[in-house]
Amino acid sequence: MKTFKLGGVHPEENKISANKVIEVLPLPKQACVPVTQHLGAPSTIVVEKGATVKVGQLLAKSEGFIGANTHSPFSGKVSKIDTIIDTSGYRRPAVFIDVEDDEWDESIDRSSDIRYEINLSRLEIIDRIKTMGIVGLGGATFPSHVKLMVPEGKKAMVLIINGVECEPYLTSDHRLMLERGEEMMIGVSILMKALEVNKAIIGIENNKPDAINHLKSLCSKFNGIEICPLKVKYPQGAEKQLIKAAVNREVPSGKLPIEVGCVVNNAGTAFAVYEAVQKNKPLIERVITVTGKSVKKSCNLMARIGTSVSELIDFAGGLPEDTGKVISGGPMMGKALNVLDIPVMKGTSGILIMTQKESKRVVVQNCIRCGKCITVCPMGLEPYKLAQLSEIENYEMSESEKVLDCIECGSCQFTCPAGRPLLDYVRLGKYEVGQIIRNRTKK
Amino acid sequence: MNLLTVSGSPHVHDKDSVQKIMWGVVIALLPALLVSTWYFGISAIILTLISIVACIAFEYLIQKFVLKVNPSVTDGSAAVTGILLAFNVPTSLPIWQLLVGALVAIGIAKMSFGGLGKNPFNPALIGRVFLLISFPVDMTTWPIPRPFTTLVDAVTGPTSLGVIKEGLMKGETIDQLMAKSDTIHTALQQGHKLADLSGFIPSYTDMFVGGIGGSLGEVSAIALILGGLFMLLRKIISWHIPVAYIGTVLAFTGILWMINPANYINPVYHLFAGGLMLGAIFMATDMVTSPMSGKGMIVYGIGCGVLTVLIRIWGAYPEGVSFAILIMNAVVPLINKSMKPKRFGEVIK
Repeated sequence: MKTFKLGGVHPEENKISANKVIEVLPLPKQACVPVTQHLGAPSTIVVEKGATVKVGQLLAKSEGFIGANTHSPFSGKVSKIDTIIDTSGYRRPAVFIDVEDDEWDESIDRSSDIRYEINLSRLEIIDRIKTMGIVGLGGATFPSHVKLMVPEGKKAMVLIINGVECEPYLTSDHRLMLERGEEMMIGVSILMKALEVNKAIIGIENNKPDAINHLKSLCSKFNGIEICPLKVKYPQGAEKQLIKAAVNREVPSGKLPIEVGCVVNNAGTAFAVYEAVQKNKPLIERVITVTGKSVKKSCNLMARIGTSVSELIDFAGGLPEDTGKVISGGPMMGKALNVLDIPVMKGTSGILIMTQKESKRVVVQNCIRCGKCITVCPMGLEPYKLAQLSEIENYEMSESEKVLDCIECGSCQFTCPAGRPLLDYVRLGKYEVGQIIRNRTKK
Repeated sequence: MNLLTVSGSPHVHDKDSVQKIMWGVVIALLPALLVSTWYFGISAIILTLISIVACIAFEYLIQKFVLKVNPSVTDGSAAVTGILLAFNVPTSLPIWQLLVGALVAIGIAKMSFGGLGKNPFNPALIGRVFLLISFPVDMTTWPIPRPFTTLVDAVTGPTSLGVIKEGLMKGETIDQLMAKSDTIHTALQQGHKLADLSGFIPSYTDMFVGGIGGSLGEVSAIALILGGLFMLLRKIISWHIPVAYIGTVLAFTGILWMINPANYINPVYHLFAGGLMLGAIFMATDMVTSPMSGKGMIVYGIGCGVLTVLIRIWGAYPEGVSFAILIMNAVVPLINKSMKPKRFGEVIK
């Protein structure tokens, strides 16, 4: 069975919610919708305080090529326009809505019929994906239409769909592939049409045999889509590692997947693309796993963007007594939250609650030069050295040691027997090297 | 509500620790200690225990009273140094000399560089070499192992590498040496009591199982290989260094033997008669003092192998493992600098 070669680790999978059917989360009374939920230029808010909005109505318009629209996931009144610290930790503008009823924009097809026929042309598809505010739902929230506009001189050969879900605990993509597989496959066909490729590979780790079998059974209905079961190994869901695993090509350092003729999209994104193109539905909700060892009712929720994290936790049986950490995302790459009354966003794949005991880091000891961080680094870097360079603030050398290649998967710190905060230091190095490069290009 | 903990990812750890690694090494060393106890008696265990206690005590005292930091002896690294030091001396070594060795190993080779992880040289080997240079007679006086003690009057005997080196230096050929040894074997089998074991070269079986003269922990190849396999399984060591090291010694001495079997003993003796197994499996693989990348480990292993053979055959000492590893320890920073792991996306297809 295929997997990537270099490095990787095997964290405990803990897919507690793997058998939980996706439930629809009841609407909240108040909601707060951050309007810049993507990588790229901030959007401009197009509604005013006091305005009445419908579900699917545009709240903020994207500015620039790399940007995404934000639509209202709720109907009701705009109570205020303010800023909020979102799950990324940055303060950003947001639209606050007092939710009333659930009135949808008429243009959205809310029927449960599955629409197979793809009527739009390539450019219409890309434009629709842009208008509907679709971003990468794996977590990076990169605007999807940008990936579909293949730059001059490059050619996409194969579309790779990321159904790996290598993060422990998370099951949102798993459930989506299982329950909405057909729609997702249509989404994949739409993406193939937009990219003008005739081959798509869906990579799924073999700890989800039910999803693999389900999608395989659907393959006969769709042309050119192939299911590729992968051996479980973290971080297989990282773009470059997935490409290596699925088609055995290595994206060169500092380059994008298109360099080797690949475009990667998340399984959740493919589903969102289906809804946008076939149902005219903007990205206003997504599947979010709420889980943790002490969570009473681990679940997979179809939640509207802008619902507060605490509402999701309440639905899952409330915050456990011994909670130490609440993480947006998975345990390997997720962000720890300091407050819970912040909204879930387009990139929120899960809410993970860890006990106090699990939240403690291990004691830091001297580096014993065991080299485990090197063995597990999927990018072939030397994390111990990058960390040392940050400690002594030698960022020039960090740059030549390719600190910017780091994908922040956390395998090094996960495995370090001396418990050293390697990734903390590497992140610092990445930030400082980024500054150095910016200053250099300014001159 | 309690305050939430906030920290950077990753939020989980695989629970491997320095302690687990060090105690894993200790477990891997136990078979060799047991075999040694069988052949040399209870003194093997006593000497090892004293060495462990001494190393831990020195580390504790130095950290507490000299460096004034929190003692970290529970990490198990001092215990490993203690066992390895004891393994590198004859069981007949006077206790006070062993204590001097422990002080040099822990005090000079480890703590003066900043403790665990900072030492450039393997502490136990520094301790051993210090003792070898300071007390050359005591350090090369090997007790006679169990099956021969009742057959021989002398209480000490030579190591096979020593016998061979001495004989070759006198101008004898390998064949003559082996013939001399064979007559001793025959005499022993017939039950004759001998005055001493000079000129005796043990059989392959004895070398493999451990019934030969030598340092406490180096005699039993099979026990050391078992320990090595355990460490491989637990991923405490990787195959690179032992395979490169032992392979190089085998290839180098094999070539010499094929060219001129009259002057060069067959490579099996080089593998099992001295400290190669202990060195290649436990000493050269010390994480702190060996290279970080697989490529680097292979270069380092080959270097250790070449130096070991050079010293054994053309050097002043019959045994070269300790010196070879220490010399290669000094090269490790250079190896780390030039032998980088293969980067992802470095080679464009």
